Amino acid sequence: MEKTASYRFDLTRYAWVRRLLTSRWPQFILRAITLAGFVLVILTGFIGSPVGSRNFAVMFVWIAWWSALKLIMLPFGGRAWCSICPIPMPGEWLQQGWLVKPGGKKFNLGLRWPRRLRNTWLQSAGFAAIGLFSALTLTTPVVTAWIFVGLIIVAVVVSVVFEQRSFCRYLCPMGGFIGLYSTMAPLELRPQPDLTLVEKGAAVREWPRGCPWINNPAALKANANCGLCLECLRTETGANMTLNVRSFDAELGQPGAFRLDEAFLSLGLLGSVMIYSAVFQGPWGALKNAALYAGSPAWWGFAAFFLLASFGLLPALLAGASALVRRTGNLGKPLRMVFTRFSRALLPLGLLSWIAFTVSFAFGKMAYLWPVLSDPFGWGWNLFGTAAVEWQPYLLSATPVIEAVLLVAGLIWSGRTILKTAEQLGVRGERRWAAAPVLLFALAGTLTMLWLLIG
Amino acid sequence: MEKLAKSLVAVLILLVAAVPLLGQQITAQPETIELRARMPENGGWSQEFIYGQVNVPIKLRMTSDDVVHSFALGQSSRPSVEIFPGKFSETELTFDQAGEYTFYCTRWCGANHWRMRGTIVIEGPAAAAQPTSVPPLFLQLGLDLDAPHLAQIIPPNRPDTARARGRTNALPDGLTVGDTIWSKSPEALWKDLKADEALDDQEVWDMVAWGLSLQGSPGWLAQGRELFTQNCLACHGESGKGDGVMVRDLPPMNHDKMGSEATRPPDFSDPAVLLGASPALLEGKIIRGGMGTGMPYWGNIFTSEQIRSLVLYLYSFQIELEERP
Repeated sequence: MEKTASYRFDLTRYAWVRRLLTSRWPQFILRAITLAGFVLVILTGFIGSPVGSRNFAVMFVWIAWWSALKLIMLPFGGRAWCSICPIPMPGEWLQQGWLVKPGGKKFNLGLRWPRRLRNTWLQSAGFAAIGLFSALTLTTPVVTAWIFVGLIIVAVVVSVVFEQRSFCRYLCPMGGFIGLYSTMAPLELRPQPDLTLVEKGAAVREWPRGCPWINNPAALKANANCGLCLECLRTETGANMTLNVRSFDAELGQPGAFRLDEAFLSLGLLGSVMIYSAVFQGPWGALKNAALYAGSPAWWGFAAFFLLASFGLLPALLAGASALVRRTGNLGKPLRMVFTRFSRALLPLGLLSWIAFTVSFAFGKMAYLWPVLSDPFGWGWNLFGTAAVEWQPYLLSATPVIEAVLLVAGLIWSGRTILKTAEQLGVRGERRWAAAPVLLFALAGTLTMLWLLIG
Repeated sequence: MEKLAKSLVAVLILLVAAVPLLGQQITAQPETIELRARMPENGGWSQEFIYGQVNVPIKLRMTSDDVVHSFALGQSSRPSVEIFPGKFSETELTFDQAGEYTFYCTRWCGANHWRMRGTIVIEGPAAAAQPTSVPPLFLQLGLDLDAPHLAQIIPPNRPDTARARGRTNALPDGLTVGDTIWSKSPEALWKDLKADEALDDQEVWDMVAWGLSLQGSPGWLAQGRELFTQNCLACHGESGKGDGVMVRDLPPMNHDKMGSEATRPPDFSDPAVLLGASPALLEGKIIRGGMGTGMPYWGNIFTSEQIRSLVLYLYSFQIELEERP
């Protein structure tokens, strides 16, 4: 498999950028601010108005943050959010004993994360669980608050029992989502390309605390594994690491292994966005009610459909398409490899589908943010004079066009990647058409999203 | 450095934690009562009782924690105040007499909407002696509201006021005395008239219709329709069949076991139901409520005039009534 050189620009070649990144303070201050925001979310969720559209917890988390993550941070910054996420902060403080200056008493058993769970299965399960309760979570502030409290507790316990950032790497439901799609982000932290193998070995030995994300930074190849915590830059051998701007396709365009768990997460996320679109943007009241009333018989039906469609039907269809490609392309590769590689090629369609869904969802509800800024608890305050701003959808007429463009762009990107993947698997020359079943799968996914979002 | 970092985290968290406390202190309005409206399933009004003094304004600041509600004062012509989720509505009430006043929700906010009631207790000097109020007619007559009152005689055609007026210029004596008409069912009036008048069955029924039409105050028909639509339709149904959205899961009414269980309301499209019920009986049902059937009491919500209009409007499901020209 041949690798092609992609465009990369080393930001850390500028001394001031490197200084900014190697100092822990800028990142720490951002994390402290997000931690305070986190506390505010929990407070407003518990003691603020139970009306979701008038409560900071729901509006800030699910409209502002969740939209900003999908529209800006993830597509342009990859795991940029993970870099400033406050969730692991309390646990990491206990675990390491410091916030900005190494030292202090550690409180940590330091167990290794179980080998069988060193994958994204638990993250898939967590994301699916959030999806099953999404209608309730997105409308009920106290549920959002409990989710945040739960995340903090789990993160603290995992940090105390296990090594490093096991929580972020293997458990955080958002971590799986962000990690998978950060593959296409134009930002990466990588070792110097001219680092020799000997130097790489030296770098590993000299690492003072090890990579918090349990990587060997000197051999880092995938954005999914790097949380942009920047700690590798702050070591004695940190000069060997660079923060690069790269093309969107730089990582995905290269041949890369994809595990079965990642394949299921990729398809699970694609299925989830379709179901989210149907629930939140569709005209089906019965579906909305089924999704909202958790525990009701209708909700159990919804939950079964959600799980079967996302983690059963879509993988089955892609497996079928992959089997066809394998047979008609006369490939000698195992079906599992063909299936996982093609599910990787569908990442652009998944990401662009999430962005398209977010465009209509976020712009339709963004006007609710202004009253909440002035009245975060829904107690009738008017701190900034925006409490009485009436709701109105933004970009109403442009939204369908933007969504269509995004989905078609996702199809084209995935289509190109599917063809490239097929070629890497050995589909060449006259047999190029053998990739058609997977292309049809991507087309069907795009048409489904177009139908759900635009009608 | 580490201490500075820890202090910064602590300060930021304390600042955030202080926001609600400080905000509440700054924005608190001591003279204002905050009233939160919630579906009865979620707790109903946040205050069941509100206390005040005669001629001292009560400022209410209201919001809803779930769906749209509305605040209204019973036996009052004061317009209701809409209460929207997450928004605050304000109103001011002043009472010039001591006593207890009912406030209630006028929006069909849920299956138990009618339970959204509360009491405003006004204290102060006792009001000047009022003439002893006359008990409602159903009490004076000792009517058993829960006994079946089904008509045995059914008119061949729908009784029609206009047809009666076209036939004669004067009503018989039995249909001109208000209390007489109010205390007797249409069937009983028909029987009385039938004994005295040389008219055929349908002509007598038309006379009864005319007599009932004369019982309302000007505008009763519109008022009765509006009250029914706002307060009764969700259970009694648009056509009065007792098939409103709120009761569709309940069993039909069994007239032999009235008052013993929650059932659908009676079917007003069945002539036997309304033609066998006197206005006093219907008035009593409205004032007292269904007592066990799920129908709320309206005696402290509607004025006497409103109840009268509503009673007459109910007959329009069986009788062609019309207002006095």
